Amino acid sequence: MGSISLNKVSKSFGDVQVIPPLDLEINDGEFVVFVGPSGCGKSTLLRLIAGLEDLTSGAISIDGADATNAAPAQRGLAMVFQSYALYPHMTVRKNIAFPLKMAGMDPAEQDRRIAGAAKVLNLTDYLDRRPGQLSGGQRQRVAIGRAIVREPSAFLFDEPLSNLDAALRVNMRLEICDLHKTLATTMIYVTHDQVEAMTMADKIVVLHDGYIEQVGSPLELYENPVNKFVAGFIGSPKMNFIAGAPAQKRGADSIGIRPEHLTVSRDAGEWAGVVGVSEHLGSDTFLHVNVDGIGMVNVRASGEFRVKYGEQVFLSPIEEKIHRFDAAGLSI
Amino acid sequence: MATAHSRTAARFMLSPAVILLLGWMIVPLSMTLYFSFQRYNLLMPGQEAWVGFLNYKYFLTDPAFFAALWNTLMLVGGVLLITVVGGIALAVLLDQPMWGQGIVRILVIAPFFVMPTVSALVWKNMFMNPVNGLFAYIAKFLGMQPFDFLAHAPLMSIILIVAWQWLPFATLILLTAMQSLDSEQQEAAEMDGASVVSRFIYLTLPHLGRAITVVVLIQTIFLLSIFAEILVTTNGGPGYASTNITYLVYAQSLLQFDVGGGSAGGIIAVILANIVAIFLMRMVGKNLET
Repeated sequence: MGSISLNKVSKSFGDVQVIPPLDLEINDGEFVVFVGPSGCGKSTLLRLIAGLEDLTSGAISIDGADATNAAPAQRGLAMVFQSYALYPHMTVRKNIAFPLKMAGMDPAEQDRRIAGAAKVLNLTDYLDRRPGQLSGGQRQRVAIGRAIVREPSAFLFDEPLSNLDAALRVNMRLEICDLHKTLATTMIYVTHDQVEAMTMADKIVVLHDGYIEQVGSPLELYENPVNKFVAGFIGSPKMNFIAGAPAQKRGADSIGIRPEHLTVSRDAGEWAGVVGVSEHLGSDTFLHVNVDGIGMVNVRASGEFRVKYGEQVFLSPIEEKIHRFDAAGLSI
Repeated sequence: MATAHSRTAARFMLSPAVILLLGWMIVPLSMTLYFSFQRYNLLMPGQEAWVGFLNYKYFLTDPAFFAALWNTLMLVGGVLLITVVGGIALAVLLDQPMWGQGIVRILVIAPFFVMPTVSALVWKNMFMNPVNGLFAYIAKFLGMQPFDFLAHAPLMSIILIVAWQWLPFATLILLTAMQSLDSEQQEAAEMDGASVVSRFIYLTLPHLGRAITVVVLIQTIFLLSIFAEILVTTNGGPGYASTNITYLVYAQSLLQFDVGGGSAGGIIAVILANIVAIFLMRMVGKNLET
């Protein structure tokens, strides 16, 4: 069991309101990702759920029971920190055993759970080492091991992959997804990386300046963003926003079109432009095209499309993929 | 680029400093060694002669020697105990956010700036004096007999004075170590269900291990040679109750004018200090390894 509901939760530090009152429902077994730019309050929100920060107002309930004023340890949640927060003077075994020892669990049961966690996380050979002797990915796994032995009702991850190199990040992403499938426990994951959010989440919560902009599945957010912020934040490379004549023609204040929804041609199209930098990735080619009267437009072309700096190309948007926004930035 | 040529040049340029430091150390040491084998008493000029180990024999069989040895160990151990325990307690308190933190921290460090003779005299005359001292005043106020600290518990009194002087040092080192404790670790332990006390035992103390080692090693070096505090308060007395090895060497060579015997005592003090150092490194040195 691990359903969490936030009711009019807000947080202020002194006079600064970091999180205005917000409501959120997290269902049992869901993988929820909080995503947003730096300083949007996503980590604070996670710490409020963990109990590491006190609410300014509102209520939190976990599994239907009120947990607003419960101490962190009583909430039955486990957290994996950005810096892993391993205890440097303890061996891996002692690190993983620490929450069990604090709970006064019987040693035989402790050993059974540690062995289980070590097997799941491939840590069996490292149990007698210290965190200082492990690589980044292994430390990450120890931190996760320390969380899973408690058999919590939900896991909280605070940007756990941001200290890893790119290749390891992709691996750990898969391992965490696998773990979620195996354990079927609620997981709340905070990241600023929309790729992590898109690949891992069942449900994405997009935060901006403390406000929840939109909640939905990855594809919902990609296909139907409610406003310009979500449209620009989800998807890589970023959506192009175009104001002026092309927007007015379509009855909007501005329009957004994703790089992958533009067709490129050398002969004819709606807009003419000059190719700036082109990034050839093999599978795709990303073009930065300078269109007269619009500005820089990012385009994704197929990998076979070979262009050079300064060449002229024509772009036309796929009409049904255009997102239209009103003057306030909301989708029409 | 550490080529053979640059290494030679580096050694060449380092050598003046090394030779100077080596000479600084070796000349007094070898002179002390030389005197320790001489009959050399300032009251009997012109009778200097080689006496072998006679000076050592007299110094080591002097009943004062064992009293002084014991006092030295008690002094070092007692001050270390008070400063480490008190330093940890003060560091925990000073680590809490509070109003006037900067001033309080400076006040705590202040005793370290007071010269040993001055602080010992202040303690002797203003606090511990059985007639005019603050402690005597308090005792009389409470209707008790004033206690003559320096006469009845001389070693304890000196331990107290020296501990007061060294407490700021321990507090300072331990406080800086405390501040480098990762707050995420604390929070992780909080999530893991550790109480304030368990967090102190399992996180803070092991984290402070290295700083405690540094405090113990550095203080031991200085505490083995405590002298001024004894000279201005008890003069090593009553009897030998507050004489340590350093003071005994002083008494031998400058009160009894026996330079030879004093030198032998000095060499013995050096040997004892090394023995203490070996034991210390055995006990706590492993904390300094990563």
